[in-house]
Amino acid sequence: MRILVVEDDLEAQKYLVNGLKEAGHVVDDAAEGETGLALALSRPYDVAIIDRMLPKMDGLKLVEEIREHGNATPVLFLSALSEVDDRVKGLKAGGDDYLTKPYAFVELLARLDALMRRRQPSVLRTRLQVGDLELDLLSRGAQRNGTAIDLQPREFRLLEYLMRHANQVVTRTMLLESVWEYHFDPQTNVIDVHISRLRAKIDKGFGHPLLHTVRGAGYMIRAQA
Amino acid sequence: MRKLKLFRTLAFRIILIYFATFALSAAAIVAFTYWNTVKALNAQTDLGASEEADSLSDAYYRLGLVGLIDQIIARYPLGSQGHLYLLAHSDLRRVVGNLDDWPQTEHLRGGIVEFNYEPRVHEIHRARGLIIPLMGDYELLVARDVFERDETERQVAANLPWSVLLMIVLGFAGGALISRQLTARLDAINRTSREIMAGDLSRRVRVGRTGDEFDSLSQNLNRMLDRTERLMRGMREVTDSVAHDLRTPLNRLRNRLESISTALDPDSAQATAIDAAIAETDRLIATFNALLLIAEAEAGVAREAMAPLDLRGVVEGVAELYAPLAEENNLLLDVVPSGEAVIFGNKSLVSQALANLIDNALKYTPAGGQIRVAAEETRGGVALCVADTGPGIPPQDRSRVMERFVRLEASRNSPGTGLGLSLVAAVARLHDATFSLADNKPGLKVVLLFPPLRSGG
Repeated sequence: MRILVVEDDLEAQKYLVNGLKEAGHVVDDAAEGETGLALALSRPYDVAIIDRMLPKMDGLKLVEEIREHGNATPVLFLSALSEVDDRVKGLKAGGDDYLTKPYAFVELLARLDALMRRRQPSVLRTRLQVGDLELDLLSRGAQRNGTAIDLQPREFRLLEYLMRHANQVVTRTMLLESVWEYHFDPQTNVIDVHISRLRAKIDKGFGHPLLHTVRGAGYMIRAQA
Repeated sequence: MRKLKLFRTLAFRIILIYFATFALSAAAIVAFTYWNTVKALNAQTDLGASEEADSLSDAYYRLGLVGLIDQIIARYPLGSQGHLYLLAHSDLRRVVGNLDDWPQTEHLRGGIVEFNYEPRVHEIHRARGLIIPLMGDYELLVARDVFERDETERQVAANLPWSVLLMIVLGFAGGALISRQLTARLDAINRTSREIMAGDLSRRVRVGRTGDEFDSLSQNLNRMLDRTERLMRGMREVTDSVAHDLRTPLNRLRNRLESISTALDPDSAQATAIDAAIAETDRLIATFNALLLIAEAEAGVAREAMAPLDLRGVVEGVAELYAPLAEENNLLLDVVPSGEAVIFGNKSLVSQALANLIDNALKYTPAGGQIRVAAEETRGGVALCVADTGPGIPPQDRSRVMERFVRLEASRNSPGTGLGLSLVAAVARLHDATFSLADNKPGLKVVLLFPPLRSGG
């Protein structure tokens, strides 16, 4: 994947670029807004990581300019600003996701993955399938290996999100933000408890588990062990 | 929105006081003028009568009784102008004069008298005059009809109630008119300030062109608002730059630790130590984020994101998030059903505050206990309530736990930043809500009482 990084803190930029290259991506970088804009408009990127505060051209302005040129590259904002309504401003300006510094690199990678997948043409799907687990989005029913599984509405949304991101790492924060639409720190690992309940329903009593814990990162649903 | 009631306005009260003072002084002036006029009229009457009496008595002493009688008779025609004369013996028997009988007066001889007489049949007039004794045992009465004076008196007395009534009506009308004008301008100022309090700091009070007291009040208010807006912006810049200047090095620190960690064998002792350092960094970040959020809530920065918010949805959502955790801890997490409970609030912050309260209750309530969450509209406002069956907080510690970083002895070693309740307190202040801790008998009952949502905000 081709990624644009616009970050003025050179040390953070170096770390970001190295990490992304190690993860197998092709990375271009810029340290201020104007160069960032020139790069973003000159070649296609799969995703852009843009710092909220940049010299010469502010991150918000940069994304607005990109969008005005009809460029739909997914944008992940990185921000060291206070959070209360900055997220809203970022998303309004045309950002697709928002991450507050300091962040865990796995969190950033998981979100980039989600953003890049989202870009692929999505046919309107009515069924999701991972291995022998099937989710019917119309009847809102779930079954594994022919056995119907009874899910609460929130469990259904949780499983749906995991299955839409099958074979991808999904972090706890991503789940809290997407499934519960909360942007706060729940203090306790409430998400883990929800996952373990869901796991009891979809994995218990079946041959091999589908819902895996990725150490230090989050969760992943996948067919192969 | 509540309008100012006419009778309760200061302007109307001032007008009433002014009007009462005015009416009293007007009445005093009228009374004084009236009294003086009567006095002057009497003096004039007395002067005329006494001059005439002098000239008549002079005639008597010069020309004798016959001369006096001639003079009196010569003056008879003046009777039509109200000039009255009567000469009598000392026993008051009539000698001559245009009065038939000696009048009934309060004193009979000498000095000024007032009496009634009949100028025509069935007509009684008042007269005022002078009695002088003449040598040779005669009494001379010279008087003037004062019917006109009395008529004026009567008319003034008859008109007085109407004048007073007119004055009262005019006073009320004037008062209402003036206070309506003042009230309209004050209402406009109040309306704008309510909108500003609701969060729109860019609004300004309209300033008229006359430059009167209200215009200068409005100008001062606007200057104050300019300053408040500048302060708010400054506050936001401070929180932003504090956030930026602390997050940037924290970010580098975490990045470095992470890159060391990934380079190490995950099972080595070094990797465990580095992972512990990362976890510690994350706790530091969590504390910093909580402090920043408290600062922002207290600075009112989050006021911009406020909107009508039904607390029932917040309660259901947050309770649902924590329900599995409660079950795992063998606790009952109950949502008390209720009617609509709408406030004007920031959804994210109120949810976070409720999450902190439920999280606390989960931490401190022993297994087998119960946690009840309720949002309900009460007479005093909209109450958000979390009650548990845990150990509670002793009354003397209740205000202390809302302060930052305060953790009671009993909980020193359980996880947490010590900022949970301070954030709840800051969110309460942001929403003009009261935050109280009470005894749930047994346990702790936390109540946030929000002001009810007024129509139009």
